[in-house]
Amino acid sequence: MQKFDEMYTQLPYDFFSGGKQIRAHYSLYDAWLARQPGDTMAKRRAEAEVIFRRVGITFAVYGDKDEDGAGTERLIPFDLIPRIIPAHEWQALERGLTQRVNALNRFIHDIYHDQEILKAGHIAREQIERNAQFRPEMMGVDVPNQVYSQISGIDIVRAPDAQGKGEYYVLEDNLRVPSGVSYMLEDRKMMMRLFPELFAMHRVAPIAHYPDLLLETLRESSPATTAEPTVVVLTPGMYNSAYFEHAFLAQQMGVELVEGQDLFVKDNFCYMRTTRGPQRVDVIYRRVDDDFLDPKVFRPTSTLGCAGLLDVYRAGHINICNGVGTGVADDKSIYPYVPKMIEFYLGEKPILNNVPTYMGRNKDDLAYMLAHMKELVVKEVHGAGGYGMLVGPASTAAEVEEFKKVVAANPSGYIAQPTLSLSSCPTFVESGIAPRHIDLRPYVLSGKGVQMVPGGLTRVALKEGSLVVNSSQGGGTKDTWILEN
Amino acid sequence: MLSRTADHLFWMNRYTERAENTARLLDVNYQTSLLPQSAAAAQAGWQGLLSISELLPSYKAKHDAITAADVMHFMVRDETNPSSIVSCLSAARENARAVRGTLTTEVWETLNQTWLEVKRMLKAGEFEADPSQFFEWVKFRSHLSRGVTVGTMLMDEALHFMRLGTFLERADNTARLVDVKFHAVESDFFGAASDKDQEYDFYHWSAILRSVSGFEVYRKVYRDVIKPERVAELLILRPDMPRSLHASLNEVVGNLQMVANDQSRETERRAGKLRAELQFGRIDEILATGLHAYLTQFLDRVNDLGNHISRDFLILPSA
Repeated sequence: MQKFDEMYTQLPYDFFSGGKQIRAHYSLYDAWLARQPGDTMAKRRAEAEVIFRRVGITFAVYGDKDEDGAGTERLIPFDLIPRIIPAHEWQALERGLTQRVNALNRFIHDIYHDQEILKAGHIAREQIERNAQFRPEMMGVDVPNQVYSQISGIDIVRAPDAQGKGEYYVLEDNLRVPSGVSYMLEDRKMMMRLFPELFAMHRVAPIAHYPDLLLETLRESSPATTAEPTVVVLTPGMYNSAYFEHAFLAQQMGVELVEGQDLFVKDNFCYMRTTRGPQRVDVIYRRVDDDFLDPKVFRPTSTLGCAGLLDVYRAGHINICNGVGTGVADDKSIYPYVPKMIEFYLGEKPILNNVPTYMGRNKDDLAYMLAHMKELVVKEVHGAGGYGMLVGPASTAAEVEEFKKVVAANPSGYIAQPTLSLSSCPTFVESGIAPRHIDLRPYVLSGKGVQMVPGGLTRVALKEGSLVVNSSQGGGTKDTWILEN
Repeated sequence: MLSRTADHLFWMNRYTERAENTARLLDVNYQTSLLPQSAAAAQAGWQGLLSISELLPSYKAKHDAITAADVMHFMVRDETNPSSIVSCLSAARENARAVRGTLTTEVWETLNQTWLEVKRMLKAGEFEADPSQFFEWVKFRSHLSRGVTVGTMLMDEALHFMRLGTFLERADNTARLVDVKFHAVESDFFGAASDKDQEYDFYHWSAILRSVSGFEVYRKVYRDVIKPERVAELLILRPDMPRSLHASLNEVVGNLQMVANDQSRETERRAGKLRAELQFGRIDEILATGLHAYLTQFLDRVNDLGNHISRDFLILPSA
């Protein structure tokens, strides 16, 4: 299989080539690395670990105990070698991301209003209405700016195209509660602390203003006409795996971090309980799934949300970001239609590539999936976090046969894609510096317009040969540099 | 500010202060135990320590005899004892974690670092190797949290609730300390009979003073030999002694005024009244009515203040 590396023009790297095999935007870094004494990286990694632990940048792992049996806090593995993208590549990505997220928001608005795209026959009605993420409660509800996904995490990979040239592909759209942006920001802070000399050598585009852009986006999303809308971050609480991020973002924006118990609804407005009595809330940046938002409408046993919240939302007295029901657009069964959406709503040619996708619900596609499963990646349409999937080439014949049965029993529950050879990037692992597979998640903000900071979170599969980058599955992160010319 | 946030801040500082005072108390007991004294006296010392913290029953449930090693183990590293130093530091850190967005980075990192360190030190056996050094460390971590709090936090409600927690806890802890230490020598309170006893008295009272960093303060204020009624006066009535009941109540009243809301009038009145009694009280009157009775009543009223603060500011009112 053809490999594509971010730093080297070919793998395995030939150390005696005199640097000719280094891609141009990595040449300064490569020269710097060559000058470092052997133990530099190990020392800096130890330093990074101490700092992360002291700062408390951790994520909770469900059902895990540390050696003392006391806590469940793990540090996110952070890799010292940056992932570098030249500015011109990023500019194209940025245009493509803006276009894609605009189309996705138009699509969600359409689905909950006139459903033109269904009427035009581009997507089968049952595919929407049978989707568990479709919220009939949202039909006809108007939201500020007609924007549903204020914060979108678009997962992008780089892989060789038919000519063997590196090309970006969108792997997945995350429009519910995409996480990880705090790692993007903390990774950068850590890199600047550990390697100030690298930042003096390179012109790396800054990203530290992300919380400002986020706050601006959330304020623009306020339904009230008040000059100073009250924005809060809603967290499930300190035992949630992403609690660090919730607290971090609330602090960086200077807004309250609330739990469901801090909120209540009165006369169709939502308030938080404060030491000076109730205070009205205009915008909730929620980090809680739809199902838990309002026990009166969704899961009745949930204590993470606030009873009556959905009525307040539907009455236009509060905005919930991301909106309720965005999951209808980030499903793996809807993903193949995104290029169509771009053409349908915007009248434009899609700038970003989709990965070719076979849909189990189409007869021909299903036959192909069953016949070629060994070469494909098969995913459950509602799966997330690297669960409920099969990576054909990495599986045994027995596993493939077993999965065929699973897919045949519920074809519309699965899609398949050719196994992309995700690009790799040099990574500092136990055995030294070795190539590991990576992806990229830029965070796209939609308020009155679309904004983003350059780059995003690069996730890396630390296990050799692995293509799964999720932190719950042993993935790590890298600082992402957009290198200005 | 969210009521829940205020609650976490209040308790975060109560636990930090309690860890410090427990370390102070254990240290003075440990130091005293190094002096020549009878086994009965030593045991009485450790038992007194447990009883002021109201932990005698839970201690006895786990240990047969009262020994220095067992009591220190129970009060320092027993995680099932909610008042042990490790439990307090961990509770302070958990409260901080719940509201880390409200704290400055320095405050959070200080509490988190304290918690990481205490776990490491206990695991490495550093406490057993040198108890005094460990107690000193706990005290200094508490000094550091207080310093980093007043040195970096915006002077708003968050700070006032934290300070309320610190000083309400301190008022409680100092009162308990005075109570147990005076209780121990109640029989011969008004002057010792023999020279031997006077010598014992010196060590006893100077140990108490040291436990609240008050030895040099006493010398400076009174320029006199150490007399028990003056020790009591210093720790109860002096407004310029930072760990005295009077000084603590001044802080409680001051911070309470800063956060006052529509329903806190009664709480302010009670705090003000308690402070006024310290302000205008005299040590001879207090001793005449009985120190133990006085302190018991004081502790009840501090507890009552705590309940009122919870009710007025911290507990989430139902919608």
